[in-house]
Amino acid sequence: MPKRFVSWMIGGPQGSGINVAAETLAKAFNRGGLYVFANIEYHSNIMGKHSYYRVRVAEDPVHAPVEEVHLLAALDEETLFGDHHHNPEFPTHRGHVHEVVTGGGIIYDADLGDIRDRLKREDLRLYPVPYFEMIRRALEPFGKAAEYRQYDIMRNTVALGATLAVLDYDFDLVAEVIREQFKGRRARLADLNIQALRVTYDYVHEHFGNDFPWKVRKRERREDHILIRGVQAVALGKLQAGLGVQTYYPISPATDESTYLEAVQSKYNVVVIQTEDEISAINMAVGAAHAGARASTSTAGPGFALMPEGIGFAAITEAPGLVVFLYQRGGPSTGLPTRTEQADLGFALHPAHGEFPHIVIAPGDVVEAFYDSFEAFNWADRYQMPVIVLLDKYLASSYITVPRFETRHLVIDRGIRYPPAGQQDGYLRHAVTESGISPWVVPGTEGVIFWTTSDEHNPKGHISEGVVHRMEQMDKRMRKLELAAREIPDSKKFTLYGPADAQVTLVGWGTTKGAILDALEELATLNGLTFNFLQIRMMRPFPAEPVGAILRRARRVILIENNYSGQLGNLIREMTGFRIPQRVLKYDGRPFTVNEILEGVRRALKNDEERIVMISSEAREVIPWPTR
Amino acid sequence: MAYAVKDYKTEVWVDWCPGCGDFGILNAIHQALAALQLPPHKVAIFSGIGCSGKTPHYIGTYGIHTLHGRVLPVATGFKLANPEMTVIAVGGDGDGYGIGAGYFLAAGRRNVDLTYIVYNNGVYGLTKGQASPTLPKGVQTKSLPEPNLMEALNPIAVALGAGYTFIARGYAYDVRHLRDLIVAAIQHRGTALIDVLQPCPTYNNIYTREYYNARVYKLEETGYDPVVHDPTNEKEIVEKKAQALLKAYENGDRIPIGIFYRVERPTLEDELAARLPYWGKPLADLEPIYQRDLTPLLNELH
Repeated sequence: MPKRFVSWMIGGPQGSGINVAAETLAKAFNRGGLYVFANIEYHSNIMGKHSYYRVRVAEDPVHAPVEEVHLLAALDEETLFGDHHHNPEFPTHRGHVHEVVTGGGIIYDADLGDIRDRLKREDLRLYPVPYFEMIRRALEPFGKAAEYRQYDIMRNTVALGATLAVLDYDFDLVAEVIREQFKGRRARLADLNIQALRVTYDYVHEHFGNDFPWKVRKRERREDHILIRGVQAVALGKLQAGLGVQTYYPISPATDESTYLEAVQSKYNVVVIQTEDEISAINMAVGAAHAGARASTSTAGPGFALMPEGIGFAAITEAPGLVVFLYQRGGPSTGLPTRTEQADLGFALHPAHGEFPHIVIAPGDVVEAFYDSFEAFNWADRYQMPVIVLLDKYLASSYITVPRFETRHLVIDRGIRYPPAGQQDGYLRHAVTESGISPWVVPGTEGVIFWTTSDEHNPKGHISEGVVHRMEQMDKRMRKLELAAREIPDSKKFTLYGPADAQVTLVGWGTTKGAILDALEELATLNGLTFNFLQIRMMRPFPAEPVGAILRRARRVILIENNYSGQLGNLIREMTGFRIPQRVLKYDGRPFTVNEILEGVRRALKNDEERIVMISSEAREVIPWPTR
Repeated sequence: MAYAVKDYKTEVWVDWCPGCGDFGILNAIHQALAALQLPPHKVAIFSGIGCSGKTPHYIGTYGIHTLHGRVLPVATGFKLANPEMTVIAVGGDGDGYGIGAGYFLAAGRRNVDLTYIVYNNGVYGLTKGQASPTLPKGVQTKSLPEPNLMEALNPIAVALGAGYTFIARGYAYDVRHLRDLIVAAIQHRGTALIDVLQPCPTYNNIYTREYYNARVYKLEETGYDPVVHDPTNEKEIVEKKAQALLKAYENGDRIPIGIFYRVERPTLEDELAARLPYWGKPLADLEPIYQRDLTPLLNELH
């Protein structure tokens, strides 16, 4: 059955605090025993450009955004009517009014005047609120009413107060969250903001009917769920894994993870170093890994583009414990710095010249991001090869309510250390073994001095161009990949959701997971067909046999990817020979909504189209819909 | 137990050209390690790519032969993960001042406790003699089809600007002097640069042994004082840098070698020690980081 949920959106110029308002509300919902999914769209800009934040709340878990908006809170005119005023030649959007459902509401600044003609809709509830008047009234008890124009940053709180009134949600929970945001000498700001919240809340109750159809009621408070976003989940997984050194060069959307680690470094003893570029970041991490620390660097596509030689270096020198976290964003080149995409799968699979083993894992949500980030270090130690954790902007910045991470069962496995059986003589860093694994040591240990080199080498780690050494070392390195393929369980590599014998199989990877899972419930009511979803998580070593078997058994297969070409589809074909006949793709820099999954699958089933491209709802007033 | 020079050698065949200045540097490193009596397992040598890159294979300590230009980031990451190790990075002038120029600058800013020895011969030897960033404009060494088009950079001057806290120049054929420089550099707390005039007998027929033998002189024999005696005195720092800069540009008939500049400043390790609860031990087996309790962080997410 489709879920009952309420969808709220706030829009405004960057720097206006929409993220604070949205995250405050999301947190208050979460504390109210509800489930939240919240995601932001913003520009690569600090002040002024349009950004918007969706918060979806429900009594049951929700995993992705939906297009319909029940209540829109606009901090500015552009949120309602688009950017044609300051972008007349090439407008990018016409506002978000078209996304509001019939009967839904719009909160906006009464100073904009009568907007009814411009809305071109008569099916909406309008909540004009005089933003500055609310701020002025809020400041009165503090003797600052005359300075109200200087407090325009509180417009977001005004919009939040109006939101609370319209949704009829618990005031105290929100006030509690606000109070926590302003601690110490900023505590006075909490009072100001809570007063603004209160004044607006009362104003809306006083001036407008309490007939909004989508109300949100708090439930029992619970302590076993958290509200978390991707960068936090990754950082926590890394801390749990015993991360020793994190290097990074600032880049959207990866930086937040490193700064989170930096903020807790004094508590958890993790060395966080901002480097001069990504080449330094990867190589510094490789150096730390060779010293025996668990080391990682986090970056996005443009930064990863500077790392290939470092990854190849780690691979040929068999550095233990190196993990690279790649947050995909819209490419190529600088591309769409603050938007999402799944276009770096091919790059992650071929991250450097030459042939070498490495592992690529692509978690599909924050829970998998936490556990995979943890496990990645075990693999990196055990197989002494680089591990790439493939993430994206959407995962990085979206908040979701999930069960609190369980850490008791997590075991740190640092792999095979020397001496495996008590001997101390003749240590060979690149010893040729049956498994391919050469036991590693911590430098500084007496009696096991080693050499290693980016050149091909002999078992001792000295340069060798000899045919025998080349063959031995290549073969032993590649044997480690076979070992990893054998040892890593299928449960880490892929998951089949839904009935094994479904009539339609959806195939995807990474963060399309949430939207597909939410859509599955609704698809189950579509045309009487049954659906399942094959999520591929491990891209290398690729689970070719079981995946091939599932696909060959499937009756109808549809691929869903957040990129232009269907990179997973291409990989599946390469690895299994199976060609997925239909692809639902999206590459406008925004994540799939649940609606788009439903629409894409519907079209695929109806028309036998091979290639179906989705366009985000924010632009549908600009770009004719549906296209192609 | 006393360590002898031979304890720092390996059985690996040294494949440099006969007469190469690299031999002098290698010998000086061997001797410096013996002079300091550093246990071989407490030393790690890193190198870039090029003829100089082979150095770690000839030294009986931990040896990591990295990528072209990236030796400093690798050595830095290693040192931060295990501050107990003595870390020495080596590389050529193309490696350090060309492809690795960004890291050469950043290393000065970071001031991690390591020693960086640059084998400076003005050419890319291993690729058969192309002009390096230290070859002066208009000079045509024997494998250049035309004279060099670009100006040379001055590594001492750049290092002064980058913030290196120990800046020296050695000469590959004065091994005893170079050994003393390396000893002083290792003993220095912070990043120490030793730019070594290292004739390439195969490809640089201009800056030869004969050329340098006729010109080099030792700064310390002229009463030159490179040391900033009061590191809190910004004025003295600038004066000592200005003095070093003048010496750095003395490259005509007389070429100075020795320590140009030296100051005690907090290292990156000092800063980290102030921030982190367990600084100083190798991270590899540091128990507390493998027993982290995430409860407080998870609690913040309610």
